[in-house]
Amino acid sequence: MSDGWVIRNLRAIKGRAYPRIIGAKREPSWLFFEIVLPLFTVAAYAYVYQFMDARDELIGYVVLGGAMTAFWLNVLWAMAAQFYWEKEIGNLQLYMIAPISRMSILAGMALGGMFSTTVNAASTLAIGALIFNVAFHISNPFMLIAIFLATMVALYGMGMMFASLYMLFGREAHHLSNLMTDPVYLASGFFFPVKYLGAWAAAGASFIPITLGLDALRQMFFTGAAEDAFLSIEVELLILLGLCVVFLILAHYSLRYMEYLGKATGRLTLRWQ
Amino acid sequence: MAVMNDLRTMKNAAWLGWQMEANWADPFLFATYSIVKPISATLILVFMFMVVTGGDTDNAYFSYMFIGNALYMYVAEVLFGVTWVIHDDREHYMTLKQVYIAPINFYAYILGRSAIKIVITTAGVIITLVFGVLVLGVDIFLGDIDWLLLAVSTVLGMGCICVLGLALGGITFLTARHSIGINEGVAGIFYVMSGIIFPITALPTWAQSISKVLPVTYWMDSMRRALMPDAMAELSSAAAFDVTGLGGFSNLYIMIYLAISAAIFFVLSLAVFKFADGVARRKGKIDWTTSY
Repeated sequence: MSDGWVIRNLRAIKGRAYPRIIGAKREPSWLFFEIVLPLFTVAAYAYVYQFMDARDELIGYVVLGGAMTAFWLNVLWAMAAQFYWEKEIGNLQLYMIAPISRMSILAGMALGGMFSTTVNAASTLAIGALIFNVAFHISNPFMLIAIFLATMVALYGMGMMFASLYMLFGREAHHLSNLMTDPVYLASGFFFPVKYLGAWAAAGASFIPITLGLDALRQMFFTGAAEDAFLSIEVELLILLGLCVVFLILAHYSLRYMEYLGKATGRLTLRWQ
Repeated sequence: MAVMNDLRTMKNAAWLGWQMEANWADPFLFATYSIVKPISATLILVFMFMVVTGGDTDNAYFSYMFIGNALYMYVAEVLFGVTWVIHDDREHYMTLKQVYIAPINFYAYILGRSAIKIVITTAGVIITLVFGVLVLGVDIFLGDIDWLLLAVSTVLGMGCICVLGLALGGITFLTARHSIGINEGVAGIFYVMSGIIFPITALPTWAQSISKVLPVTYWMDSMRRALMPDAMAELSSAAAFDVTGLGGFSNLYIMIYLAISAAIFFVLSLAVFKFADGVARRKGKIDWTTSY
């Protein structure tokens, strides 16, 4: 792996991130759509808990879960499914002939989309907390950062792995993304503690990094969250670190395999299929 | 003649919508998607309910919430369907300009594409309700359903939602890749304000005033009155006050309100669509692609 290869890939990351960052600057209407509008769904779930006189922590979980949906949607629609749309508009073939890793392109998408996604998540968290009087108690900020970063790396690694599938998909790509929205909200316990799904279901859902990430973040943010915890924070961090490695390696191989498969079956540049 | 042309446009647009929604996808994936997605969305609420109540679903509020959430699929999917037509045709298939200059009524085209969304959503709603009744004991009994109210309410409600979708479709002309955000956001407003999963009396007083203007609030209430009349009565008697906030309105009042609001929104939506269409043409956004 020469210096030239590394620099080339860093440039690819920068190049793919650039249009998203510039796009966000040139077309600022996203601020309204990404900040204000997602709050409504969060508010609806929070009001359900309020109407049922639920514990305060549960409302806090909804606000935190609502903030984290931004990252899941970004991975799903703006990274994994994006490879399908890149194929449709003719960019995918350019990525394929460029002397760069496909993972650099995906990392660029992730990095470029991270800005607006982080603004979305942070605003949901801040405004939601303000409206519903959610009190966050951060006892160990370093652990919090470690959990968050591990969750993000594992999540985006999984997104890269999914992207390899989307490279071959036809129009059903849209259905698949839709299929992985609400079911993942359910399985990962975005709006209720995942523990209540039952131990086996929660263990199965733990393959989605955001499941354990959310569970750990709840324990970091809310004092009464221990009773809702699925696993301890330390164990969850360890599993998340493991998932980071597994998903990045799997993404590397699956992208290579799917690219080969795409070339062999002539589907890599096939549009409107 | 013009009417026949519009009907033919609608029919062909609906056929195209069906091909895009179903036939072009793997049948197994499409069937899974049609069943799993709505059931999952509903199960989120079921688990939220169970976390608080410890699993007791034999409760009028549970049925209220479940039915509201199932019917909400119409609001979300139809609004999504209309705006997605603009976004999908323009950004992804890049066919909007061809459709636009074709000698057809563009509204008929959009309504045709949306009609198929209603059909597919109906399947999801029915599956969800059957699942709720059979598995979770939701209080719907065929003998108790007010079929006339259900039929009139469904027609008026669908009309309202479709014309709202038309306005959003116009706004989609002017935005880049945010149609998903528009759909989810506007549908989210109804989700909070229209008594979908909790009664509007849970909202602050100022928000209740907004709720009482939104047609979806009345549509939801009338659909619940038609589907679960006993549970609606039980809900208010258990709370010892008009918990839905609309208990004072008769069925007839609600139907008239829905009809008038559909007419008003129709005029407003046409105006918004025409305005957005004009701006989009001036700014060259009809064939705009923003695939960043």
